[in-house]
Amino acid sequence: MDNKTTNVLIVGVGGQGVLLASEVLSDAAMKAGLDVKKSEVHGMSQRGGVVTSHVKFGPKVYSPIIPYGEADILLSFEQAEALRSLDWLKKGGMVVTSRTKLVPPIATSGKVKYPDDPVADVKTRAENVIAVDADKIALELGNPRLVNILLLGIVSTDLDFDVSVWESAIRDRVKAKFVDINLKAFARGRELAGHKAETAA
Amino acid sequence: MKKILSGNEAVARGAYEAGIRIAAAYPGTPSTEILETLADEYRSIYSEWSPNEKVAFEVGIGASLGGARTLVAMKHVGLNVAADPFMTFAYTGVGAGFVLVSADDPEMHSSQNEQDNRFYAKFAQIPFLEPTDSQEAKDYVIKACEISEQFDTPVMLRLTTRISHSKGIVELAEPIEPPVEGFKRDMNKYVMIPSNAKKRHVVVSERLEKLAKYTEETDLNSIENNGSEIGIITGGIAYQYAKDNLPEADYFKIGFGFPLPVEKIRKFVDSHKVNLVVEELEPYYEEQIKAAGIKVEGKKYFSRLGELSPYKVALGLKAAGVIKEVTGASMEPAELFPRPPVLCPGCPHRGAFMALRRLGVAVTGDIGCYTLSVLPPLNIMDTCICMGASIGNAIGMEKADGHKKGVVAVIGDSTFLHSGITGLLDAVYNKSNVTVVILDNRVTAMTGGQQHPATGYTLMGEETKQVDFVTLCKALGVESVREVDPYDFKGLLDVFKEEIERPGPSVVITNRACVLMPKRIMDKPYTVVAEDCNGCSACFRIGCPAIMTSTELTDKGKPKAVIDPLLCTGCSLCAQVCKPEAIVLAEEPVAAR
Repeated sequence: MDNKTTNVLIVGVGGQGVLLASEVLSDAAMKAGLDVKKSEVHGMSQRGGVVTSHVKFGPKVYSPIIPYGEADILLSFEQAEALRSLDWLKKGGMVVTSRTKLVPPIATSGKVKYPDDPVADVKTRAENVIAVDADKIALELGNPRLVNILLLGIVSTDLDFDVSVWESAIRDRVKAKFVDINLKAFARGRELAGHKAETAA
Repeated sequence: MKKILSGNEAVARGAYEAGIRIAAAYPGTPSTEILETLADEYRSIYSEWSPNEKVAFEVGIGASLGGARTLVAMKHVGLNVAADPFMTFAYTGVGAGFVLVSADDPEMHSSQNEQDNRFYAKFAQIPFLEPTDSQEAKDYVIKACEISEQFDTPVMLRLTTRISHSKGIVELAEPIEPPVEGFKRDMNKYVMIPSNAKKRHVVVSERLEKLAKYTEETDLNSIENNGSEIGIITGGIAYQYAKDNLPEADYFKIGFGFPLPVEKIRKFVDSHKVNLVVEELEPYYEEQIKAAGIKVEGKKYFSRLGELSPYKVALGLKAAGVIKEVTGASMEPAELFPRPPVLCPGCPHRGAFMALRRLGVAVTGDIGCYTLSVLPPLNIMDTCICMGASIGNAIGMEKADGHKKGVVAVIGDSTFLHSGITGLLDAVYNKSNVTVVILDNRVTAMTGGQQHPATGYTLMGEETKQVDFVTLCKALGVESVREVDPYDFKGLLDVFKEEIERPGPSVVITNRACVLMPKRIMDKPYTVVAEDCNGCSACFRIGCPAIMTSTELTDKGKPKAVIDPLLCTGCSLCAQVCKPEAIVLAEEPVAAR
């Protein structure tokens, strides 16, 4: 299909900041002069369920949902969730995932099994995968809630927006007292992308 | 000025720009953010959470008759609750412009059914508008006000989850100030006794003829001519999915969906070789187009179940022979555990369901976070139909001798006030033996924490009176009304047992607030003493996200438990069910006095 939009699928678990990441990305795209649409489903997001956000930008965007199998980038804040949504990735697309592991109660109580090594599974299915120990880096930066913006920093190096556009979007979307630390996390993400994220982590 | 807005935020902006003065709603996904945005950002508009959609609608009628442009908003099933005033308001017509926002939930992301409310507009014989993105969501509120006043009719603005919750760029405008005219007495028009209603039905019929003319002329129903042989007739979010796949086809985009512009569609169809109707849910357009003798195809290729998507529309277009290839996924989906939503760590509902499971009673359920108790590992809820249904369901089941261990209705505070009170009245009046548990967490939690008549605050943040549940239940005639701490497992079990055995209706009210509202309530976390844990899994079965399996195993090879101290709120329920007493406060416990 002839599709001039860039499609980013952001996934995670309720409470991980999927929505903030997609807000920042959408704002950045608009500030870069592009048409942008995004879509997610609310309601269950605080209840530990899967949260997905579709972000699409380009000269003209119609549907707010990414066509199945046509995500250019899959950004995941939880490793099994990267695996769950991997079939949305187009051939040759990029995966950026945190190694965060969140085992749901349904797996804890033994009814179902959480996979041993989801990142390894992701790597056997996709070529272009960056897996980061983002929890650890976020803690080093001073706040466990920075995983989303840290990983967005990695993704940003693959997109053609000015750094100033990203920073302005972060300033607009993050609460004032957390702006500096989020800018730091974003810069750290860009740094990681420059090195090899895997080894840097 | 441009801004990225969700469909719901855009509707709120549209209300502001249209000079709407009064707005009323009951929270319901996917409509909730409309009124929240009004209360947060457009404070000049009086906005209220009503106890339910019927009251919201009636408040709206009064406001419109009182001369104020008015908006009421609800989820699709909310209109079932408000259907009574809705159907008759179609007869009386409006004072100032009246917009009903119906936010449907195809795919049932957070709903009990996926009814297609376009049929409601046809049923009541009032116009409906349907936007395809946030910009139109805003513009159509203004348009709906104008049409409402021009034709003296309520107008429905039909949204779906993907319109309400998707965001796009919206061009903002300045608000207009419609004249304030006040109430004009007109008993023949507004007092629907049979003799008046008969005359008004004639007016409705005449109005429909005028609207049938309007729909043929309005640019809300637009044609995109790209010189293609393929004609696509579509509206709402389905338009975008079709455009994604076939940007170069010709489009008949329906923005004004009742009555349909049948003659304009006939001309469009006549000038195309292939004509397809692409619409989400029911064949609403298709049936009416076919009934007019126009040859189109639709549901032959596109499912009437669930949401459409760019991919599903692509498959339909391929089946119809108008596209050759569908890209789709390059790999099979991974086989993975499900991750259903769960009750939060420290959720005050958990204890009640642990106790009811222990007692083995039948549990008639209701709509709210607590409905999640049906999912594993709690698995304790036997019915869930609609708002307020739990109590009536319990009465019927008990009258039928349906369950020998007793029938318990569980209902949240907001849901009880929405439509549970009349059910409880029936239990008293008709001498039912049910036990009703009101899970009072002092907030409308499932939709994100909205105020209601028992929270002490209005939507706009003013302090107000608080309903007292105990007094209310006693006033209805319930003799035994007891409050209980849902973090006290044994206390819950004892009270439930006594009340289930007691003849006559009784009410048990749990009295802990939602852990998320107004801000996260955290107490000292608990921890597992690994050497004392015998791997019995009793704590796993309460379904708390803070409790996980340890890598450490017992002698028998069973995983021990660990507690995430960042998630644990210290509710202590797991400690209360831990037989070997391996779960203790993480810090030095306070010495017993």
